[in-house]
Amino acid sequence: MSASTSFAAPKFEVKSHSSAGSTVTKIAVEDLNFFYGKTQALKGISIEIPERQVMAFIGPSGCGKTTFLRTLNRMNDVIAGTRVEGKVAIDGAEIYAAGADVVDLRKKVGMVFQKSNPFPKSIFDNVAYGLKINRMTSSRSELDGRVEEALKDAALWNEVKDRLKSSALGLSGGQQQRLCIARALAIRPEVILMDEPASALDPIATSKIEELIVDLKKQYTIVIVTHNMQQAARVSDLTAFFLLGKLVEVNSTEKMFTAPTEKLTEDYITGRFG
Amino acid sequence: MKILSRKDRSRRSVSALMTSLTALCTFVAVGILIVILSYIAMRGISALNLRFLVDTPRPVGEGGGIGNAIVGSGLLLLLSCVVGIPVGIACGIYLSEFGGGWMVSGVRFLIDTLTGIPSIVTGVFVYAVIVLRMKHFSAFAGGIALALIMIPIVARTTEEMIKLVPHSLREGALALGAPQWRVTLGVVLPAAASGIATGAILAIARVSGETAPLLFTAFGSRFFPRNLNEPIASLTVQIYNYAISPYDEWHAQAWAATLVLMALILSINIVVRFLTRQKFS
Repeated sequence: MSASTSFAAPKFEVKSHSSAGSTVTKIAVEDLNFFYGKTQALKGISIEIPERQVMAFIGPSGCGKTTFLRTLNRMNDVIAGTRVEGKVAIDGAEIYAAGADVVDLRKKVGMVFQKSNPFPKSIFDNVAYGLKINRMTSSRSELDGRVEEALKDAALWNEVKDRLKSSALGLSGGQQQRLCIARALAIRPEVILMDEPASALDPIATSKIEELIVDLKKQYTIVIVTHNMQQAARVSDLTAFFLLGKLVEVNSTEKMFTAPTEKLTEDYITGRFG
Repeated sequence: MKILSRKDRSRRSVSALMTSLTALCTFVAVGILIVILSYIAMRGISALNLRFLVDTPRPVGEGGGIGNAIVGSGLLLLLSCVVGIPVGIACGIYLSEFGGGWMVSGVRFLIDTLTGIPSIVTGVFVYAVIVLRMKHFSAFAGGIALALIMIPIVARTTEEMIKLVPHSLREGALALGAPQWRVTLGVVLPAAASGIATGAILAIARVSGETAPLLFTAFGSRFFPRNLNEPIASLTVQIYNYAISPYDEWHAQAWAATLVLMALILSINIVVRFLTRQKFS
């Protein structure tokens, strides 16, 4: 976001999603520190993410929002030399506890990545992958049904129903990303983490994904990282602002973009830096 | 147009000289290869006929062929693939997917060393460890000797090919709750399959020309193989035996067998080319 002078007053169109949503806490994070080797990427993060709402993480590049998102399904475990301190609890169960099973966690907390990453398999097999490896269906017809349901939920069914057997790599960028969302939805997670899911897409594909996000929060708790503040304003109920590994402010999106509590948030949102 | 200065002109002439020098060296290298191939074809073609390809060796003056050696070479290659390819691929998977730390760099160093070991050393080793224990030469021993040569080649190509699979694919599968081993087998390996196949075929092409490790292990035979626990004929050993004999007829047969072997390796290489081209198209 460039610092344009015409941006003196924040002019964000904040859609009110009548956020009378649940206030039950889904994810509770307490004093989380995260290290890449000796570099501390997250510093004392504490936040509560409520159930069935969309929370957006905003902040300049390198502020730790993606790193934080990836601590919520322990995706950072695959990076060598990383270390986590503090508590992350989902439905009250600590995910970094000694006996916590990372496979169970990831079934519960799905993820959509910045760059769409369909497997080099057919469209059907991409969506069926999670169901097959986790043995979630008992018959072929059940599997077909779950795949169809996931593709419909991801608003992709009508575009691909006649070519389920063709390669997923033949889809357009926006379709591939919705396929990845369908793949995540198929195993019926409770939380969906989205890491800049529309950053590589054109405006039409982006708006499709955004509509989808608003639609999905009826069933899922959604956490989305975005570089695009308008996007955060459009889709989220709550917004968290990160800067240099610290959580500066969490607030309702409406409040965040009209009357932020912190000076730093205001400066960022009005484009004075970042 | 600018008039060339003396400096420009000398730079250009040095450039032209170096270009022609490298071109000359290329012609020499390729020329020698062509001379070798055409000489083998010339010498080999005279003794080559259908009977030669299907018959077993006979005493001097009675003709005979290399049918048993072709079948033997095929069986030896099959044996070496059965042992060498799975072990090599598994090793490559370990190096790339579960790698990191001193253990893996140690293994990688050993594998690189193994690649450079002269094949006769492998032959002597298998002779000492297997042939002497079993008290006879066998196709098994030959197959294992060839497999030992294949393993490091397959392992390193597998490792390199798996490293080319984008990390995002692995993360996508892990994020769906897939355990590491399922990610490797179900997502990473299929994505690297064509590259791994190329590596395996290159390894086959490499060992199909080996003679030394077979001299002490498979030994050779004048009959069609009936049992893998017996000595077995192979093209390379047959060529060696005929070439060092004092008979002109056997010399001609050695040339013909060499031609067959060259054709075999050439066709394997063409298959490799075909596979790699498919990968990039």
